Amino acid sequence: MPPVTDQAAGAIQTTLGQPTVPAIAFFLIIVAITLAITYWAAKRTKTTKEFYAAGRSVSAFQNGLALSGDYMSAASFLGIAGMVALKGYDGMIYAVGWLVGWPALMFLIAEPLRNLGKFTFADVVAFRLRQTPVRIAAAIGGILTVLFYTIAQMVGSGSLIKLMFGLPYEMAEIIVGAIMLAYVLFGGMLATTWVQIIKAVLLLCGVSVMMFIVLAKFNFNPGELYTAVAAQYGQGALEPGGLITNPIDAVSLGLALMFGLLGLPHILQRFFTVPDAKAARVSVLYATGFIGYFYIIIPIVGFGAAALIGREVITSIDKGGNMAAPLLAEFLGGTPFLGFIAAVAFATILAVVAGLTLAAASSFSHDIYVHVIKGGSATEQEEVRASKIATLLFGIVAVLLGILFKGQNVAFMVGLAFAIACSANFPALTLSIFWKRFTTAGAVWSILTGAFLAVGLIIISPTVWEDVLNNPKGSALFALKNPAIVSMTASFLVGYVVSLLTREETAEQKFEDEKLRTYLGVGAE
Amino acid sequence: MRKDVHNLLESREFKALVAKKAKTSIVLSVLLFATYYGFVLLIGFNKPFLAQKIGETTTLGIPLGVAVIIAAWLLTVIYVVWANTSYDPEVKRLRAQLLGK
Repeated sequence: MPPVTDQAAGAIQTTLGQPTVPAIAFFLIIVAITLAITYWAAKRTKTTKEFYAAGRSVSAFQNGLALSGDYMSAASFLGIAGMVALKGYDGMIYAVGWLVGWPALMFLIAEPLRNLGKFTFADVVAFRLRQTPVRIAAAIGGILTVLFYTIAQMVGSGSLIKLMFGLPYEMAEIIVGAIMLAYVLFGGMLATTWVQIIKAVLLLCGVSVMMFIVLAKFNFNPGELYTAVAAQYGQGALEPGGLITNPIDAVSLGLALMFGLLGLPHILQRFFTVPDAKAARVSVLYATGFIGYFYIIIPIVGFGAAALIGREVITSIDKGGNMAAPLLAEFLGGTPFLGFIAAVAFATILAVVAGLTLAAASSFSHDIYVHVIKGGSATEQEEVRASKIATLLFGIVAVLLGILFKGQNVAFMVGLAFAIACSANFPALTLSIFWKRFTTAGAVWSILTGAFLAVGLIIISPTVWEDVLNNPKGSALFALKNPAIVSMTASFLVGYVVSLLTREETAEQKFEDEKLRTYLGVGAE
Repeated sequence: MRKDVHNLLESREFKALVAKKAKTSIVLSVLLFATYYGFVLLIGFNKPFLAQKIGETTTLGIPLGVAVIIAAWLLTVIYVVWANTSYDPEVKRLRAQLLGK
């Protein structure tokens, strides 16, 4: 396997792209520990409550770490560090946007979600509405969200693992699929939660060490680091650049990031793993703290890479800048530290894909199989079996889609997942919790409008129409890069108007029970 | 039980609890929006403000970006402290009132 360095980067020697002993050793240690945990968890995962919700035994602190683990993907770790390295301050603006959904999640839905739900967010939407239509619609919104998120993760992971370990792309996809399936299939939510916790701790430690060594090189004065960056790339690297040129576009992306979080099925499902609403609330406090800390220190890593490694070297290895953090790790701590960071990035991919797979499988088995096909009356054994079959199928589909989309530009799919989440899942969820007059028809139309408008508008937006489908610049029919401001508003409006046009007395009567559970937790599972 | 539930939900105390929760959630959400979209719109409309130097090369935008993250986290601290001290005891009392009967 030849080293990836080319002539342009001849000045720097890197073992990136070769399977070094430390990288493989760290990776095997992580896999061994997580599989041991899976073995332990498998013995505690017999019932549906254990498979989907870890027996509601996860503490607030543990859930805070697991939520951070679900959210801090390899894409945000490597991608944002690279963006700061190459684009400077613009990367930092982008990082801020990823955090601000968390407080909103706490203020608006964390506690009602915990009190009303059982295993999936569709439980909450369908709480007092007619089960079959609402479950089908919510599953469409939820599974579309998870599917696009998964494709982005799988394609990204194949390329990243190839860059870091030199493994063939297809082989990387299959390894990710196989290990992740072992976690979910045998260990259910308990194993998936512990994989997230381990990965979150490793990632936070790894990035902290990088930040510490970078700052040490600049006498623990960030000002000196910025001066070194400005000396090489000009003062512009520390100023807002081209990221926000159209404020409406920026607000639309901001809405997608903020409210999309409140509609991500794999994040929402975590709230059913804690014992009560108070633990749900406190877990968001921890998660916001960990994720906020992560996004504060990632720009220092990015600026450090720009100052110490140089943009030319970073782009010579990966045009998108994804290798900025691994290259910096090698520069700061040699092959062993690179091996550690590479193994952590690999573990991050495994953990995130495992969480997504569990969410998709829960939606198939709990919402579609149990409530739609079996009319809500499946036995415990039938449901557990259905959830495992769904897990296996989704895992295989994820690997196949990863291979199918090889080499495609799928970066937009994360934005698309957030757009669908905030347009299809979030409006129905909040209206169902807070608005007495909300009806089944209102929910179904709101979800479908949000989902299809988000997908349709993003296809005719510059992001896909021009950048992916290679149509000429300026030919996109829809001007905004992210459709959230239109599709989310439309979804709320449709939900509101259709509910006013229809009337559902049973839903209004059940609102009392819902209120009792939302606020006092009486009857919560 | 049914009647008790109805009476409780119609009681002044429960309505006050719901109103208190809504008020806190809305006020904190508005503060969050003002902080984040204020930052985004500042970038959209007044880049020179963020580009001004506050050190040798450090721009005002850098500490401001960090401040937005810290402010967002502090809002969650405020909510948790409020909920633990002001909301939970009331919930506990109303629950006992209903289930104790």
